[in-house]
Amino acid sequence: MTDLTAASAASLASLFASKQASSVEITTAFLDRMEKLNAKTNSYLHINRENSLEQASNADKQLADGKPLSALHGVPIAVKDNLTTTDAPTTSGSKILEGWIPQYDATVVAKIRQAGMPILGKTNLDEFAMGSSTEFSAYGPSRNPWDLERIPGGSGGGSSSAVSGHLAPLALGSDTGGSIRFPAAVTGSVGAKPTYGAVSRYGLIALASSLDQIGPVTNDVMDAALLQDVIAGHDPRDSTSLPNSLGSMAKAVAEADVKGLRIGIVKQLSSDGFQEGVKERFEDTVEKLTAAGATVVEVDCPSFEYAVAAYYLILPAEASSNLAKFDSVRFGMRVMPEGNPTIERVMAATREHGFGPEVKRRIILGTYALSSGYYDAYYGSAQKVRTLIQQDLAKAFGVADVLLTPTAPTTAFKIGEKINDPLAMYLNDIATIPANLAGVPGMSVPNGLAKEDGLPSGVQILAPAMQDAQMYRVASIIEKLYVNEWGAPLISQVPNLEVL
Amino acid sequence: MSEITPDLVRHLASLSRILVTDEEVEQLAGELSVIVDSVAVVTKAVSGDVAATSHPIPMANVYREDVILPSLTQEQALSAAPDSADGRFKVNAILDED
Repeated sequence: MTDLTAASAASLASLFASKQASSVEITTAFLDRMEKLNAKTNSYLHINRENSLEQASNADKQLADGKPLSALHGVPIAVKDNLTTTDAPTTSGSKILEGWIPQYDATVVAKIRQAGMPILGKTNLDEFAMGSSTEFSAYGPSRNPWDLERIPGGSGGGSSSAVSGHLAPLALGSDTGGSIRFPAAVTGSVGAKPTYGAVSRYGLIALASSLDQIGPVTNDVMDAALLQDVIAGHDPRDSTSLPNSLGSMAKAVAEADVKGLRIGIVKQLSSDGFQEGVKERFEDTVEKLTAAGATVVEVDCPSFEYAVAAYYLILPAEASSNLAKFDSVRFGMRVMPEGNPTIERVMAATREHGFGPEVKRRIILGTYALSSGYYDAYYGSAQKVRTLIQQDLAKAFGVADVLLTPTAPTTAFKIGEKINDPLAMYLNDIATIPANLAGVPGMSVPNGLAKEDGLPSGVQILAPAMQDAQMYRVASIIEKLYVNEWGAPLISQVPNLEVL
Repeated sequence: MSEITPDLVRHLASLSRILVTDEEVEQLAGELSVIVDSVAVVTKAVSGDVAATSHPIPMANVYREDVILPSLTQEQALSAAPDSADGRFKVNAILDED
């Protein structure tokens, strides 16, 4: 048997279904590797050994009994720690929730259980998903398997480092402004944010409810498609859940064809502010697609210039309201000041103690943005910018089937490099934020290593709302063009963690 | 230049139910001023009549059947509470005694 932990989720599923490897064998292989190497990457906050082996054994039994199998049956998965799980603690990277075991499963967690996928553990994130490096996790930063001194992106850096370090075949993430796509880009993995509403948010600890969306983090496009197919679908428990199915992403990947494809290059996101090697990789991707028969047009999205600003008003405003639930009453930490304090003082002391600096900064910023006298000028204008971005995208999608941008302005930066400059940190998401503001799907696919630092770079694909299948088709085309050149997906070049 | 003074930070922190030290107030006032100056650009982005978008995929009147589904038991609902008594969440006094 070759190394199970290096295999794609799709190939593990077929090894399982053909009885060449049991789910217990596969899950054990990952658990052993996690226990050996998680100290290096800090990808997992919790390793779920006992429960995952029990789930694996159930999957094996289902196979032996001839029960119907899902496309990923028996394949274990990592889950971002802002998704509730009844069999594992859920902290959202915050001290305020340390040790909390939720009373219910998130819908996506229920779906992966239903699909026979054992849960390997809970992955690290910036506290309440506020950040783009995992440096704001209360439990220490995760590290990038390509270079352990560097960030694995954020907020979902636990999931991206687990997948790229082969500590999980695939993972769930959540994306509010790029928290799936940015980590995927800087770790050479694949990450997709589906159309808003395609995947239920029930049981996702909300950051900004109008922007949050759950999606797959994987090592190739087909694995992402298979996982989106498992987790997508209407959920009566989420009133923003789309009523209709968007179809099978795996089918879209299988039938991808470049013929007649029209690609839009966003003028505002193709030159200024991008690292030289990232730009060079992006141009290479566009050239490859053109050579393969796609046509390229430049599209103008002038309102994108205001996207980051609008985002950093809308997100803190929604977060300040969402995080009011951490009040020391029903669950989570309670800190008692001396004397006989009122509940208000207990809440203030608990939140002082339980929240980290970035969470406090954003709650206070959001409270400011929503306060009377500023509401119309700031929050009101930001919501109008959202409309303008949707209008720009509608126009662009009139002449192009998908839009391409570099996913991130740079490759992975060093841990500590931007920690004291909130504004510089916010700019990591400059290319990914518009998709969240507009609700359209976006996906990052590896397009090589930047020439100056040898670190992974990603290309982002944006498609119109509900056309996730189109996004997956193009992702698959790009992946094939590169696999033809490299002989294998980029992830096969990741350094050996055991000797790092 | 933005108007995030230390006094305003204290007020916002109090509205947010977060205790802050004097040192934190000074630091936050500086950081938030820089951030607010930067995001204030949105006020220049919009001219004329533009509708506000609060939700990216428009949906209205989302109904479900009014049926009773299994829910948490009282015991489950209280299981993670920092303190409880007589089947309820227990908290400190809401009003000051003096």
